[in-house]
Amino acid sequence: MDEPTAPPDPSAKPPAATGTVYRHRLATRIWHWINAIAIFIMIGSGIGILNAHPRLYWGQYGANFDHAWLDLRPYGNILRSGWLTIPAGYDLAISRRWHLLFALVLGFGLLAFMIASLINRHFQRDLRVRAGEIGPRQLWADLLAHLRFDFHNPDDPAAYNTLQKLAYVAAIFVLIPLMIFTGLAMSPGMDAAWPWLIELFGGRQSARSIHFIAASGIVLFVIVHLTLVVLAGPIEEIWSMITGRWTLPAPPPPPEPAPAEHAGPEAAE
Amino acid sequence: MTLITRRTLVTGGALGAGLLLSGCDKLAQQPGFRRILFSGEKINMGLQRALMDRNALAPEFSAEQMSPVFRTNGNSNPNTADYNRHVAENFANWRLEIGGLVDRPLRLSLSDIGAFPQRAQITRHDCVEGWSAIGKWQGPMLGNVLKAAGVRTSARYIVFTCADLWSGAPYYESIDMVDAFHPQTILAWAMNDKRVSVGHGAPIRLRVERHLGYKNAKYVMRIDAVASLAGIGLGKGGYWEDHVNYDWYAGI
Repeated sequence: MDEPTAPPDPSAKPPAATGTVYRHRLATRIWHWINAIAIFIMIGSGIGILNAHPRLYWGQYGANFDHAWLDLRPYGNILRSGWLTIPAGYDLAISRRWHLLFALVLGFGLLAFMIASLINRHFQRDLRVRAGEIGPRQLWADLLAHLRFDFHNPDDPAAYNTLQKLAYVAAIFVLIPLMIFTGLAMSPGMDAAWPWLIELFGGRQSARSIHFIAASGIVLFVIVHLTLVVLAGPIEEIWSMITGRWTLPAPPPPPEPAPAEHAGPEAAE
Repeated sequence: MTLITRRTLVTGGALGAGLLLSGCDKLAQQPGFRRILFSGEKINMGLQRALMDRNALAPEFSAEQMSPVFRTNGNSNPNTADYNRHVAENFANWRLEIGGLVDRPLRLSLSDIGAFPQRAQITRHDCVEGWSAIGKWQGPMLGNVLKAAGVRTSARYIVFTCADLWSGAPYYESIDMVDAFHPQTILAWAMNDKRVSVGHGAPIRLRVERHLGYKNAKYVMRIDAVASLAGIGLGKGGYWEDHVNYDWYAGI
């Protein structure tokens, strides 16, 4: 994106449409799959744990006689469905075993990925959101492109688009770290070791509520992520996350009479 | 990619997720994997102990921060003949027995317990289920009581045997010597400036503040210093640990 290229002639078939590019580095691929497993287990076991007391509070304390800002008991039938929880039947102890083991995978996995991605410059090269990308006009153009199922900039098809970058940045730098730190804040041992944790979140029950909200954010991320993988061409996308090599997509059919929107973000820079 | 293939993939994905979930349960039943699953407890304990000063205190609160209502949980009345007699006598003839690997086994009355230097603390009780309640607890530090009994250096765990019966056997819990000698580990006879009620564990409730609620044994009748947890109950160090796989290390 640093080198400006001439806007493509929409009637010509771009020559780059064949072949593959190296898109995902090894560290990204390893972390992606380890993390996918960890998130899957954390969500299932987390719902299992939530079912032990499906009420959420703000502040330091919160129990049955206190005001709950969210009471999930009416949804108990759904939250206790066997297809949603690990294990399938309600078993707080086993849910906790899964959750607290895979919390280590999630936490140390993220740490290792962050270090590797600083060293191999994945963060700087692929995830850096530039100021020119996040103007309302550029975001609107990117949103319209998404609605046309048009995910790739023909000039640099392997680059992430802006909304994609923002989603990854939100997951990697906001949601998962929030999960980890609110999770730690719920541990009575960690509250003694790191008393600032509980102060940061305004109490253990607030930490528990934020844990739930961030988890909901991750569930939303996973749904959108998987939907877009399916829409963008699941075989190619999954294959590229295994091998690193990504088959360049066929160019989208030229939009009928409307001017090409593609030049949008680049032209603005 | 045609829509049909996409639909197949979505259905396949959902089925796959379902299979993965039931796969998790199958895995968790295999002894080898179960050992891995249960190893998280030791890793977390090791990490927490490495990060934590031995005497690092659990957060304490001010009187205004206390829960208006401190709910009860688990057993709220042992209701055995012995226990009911002690309640009727207001625990006048009750004695806390301290034995095992000690030089001077003790039998302490409530006034003996009150004669030790007292510690009062307003702390948060965190149930494994997820709720928390803040209350005030007062009693002697367990460490001082153990010193008075002359606890031996061969002791590695302190076991608490309680008055409440679960399927015929008394509730019990255990902690190691790090927690036994922690300054906030007290034998609480007072809660919120009154004698501990029957619902909350009269006459004595263990407070071990860096652990979840189930470690904070109610109705403590006996305290034993032991070298090993093997042979006590089913050997896992507590009623819930023995029967439903709760972690012995409840700092998380």
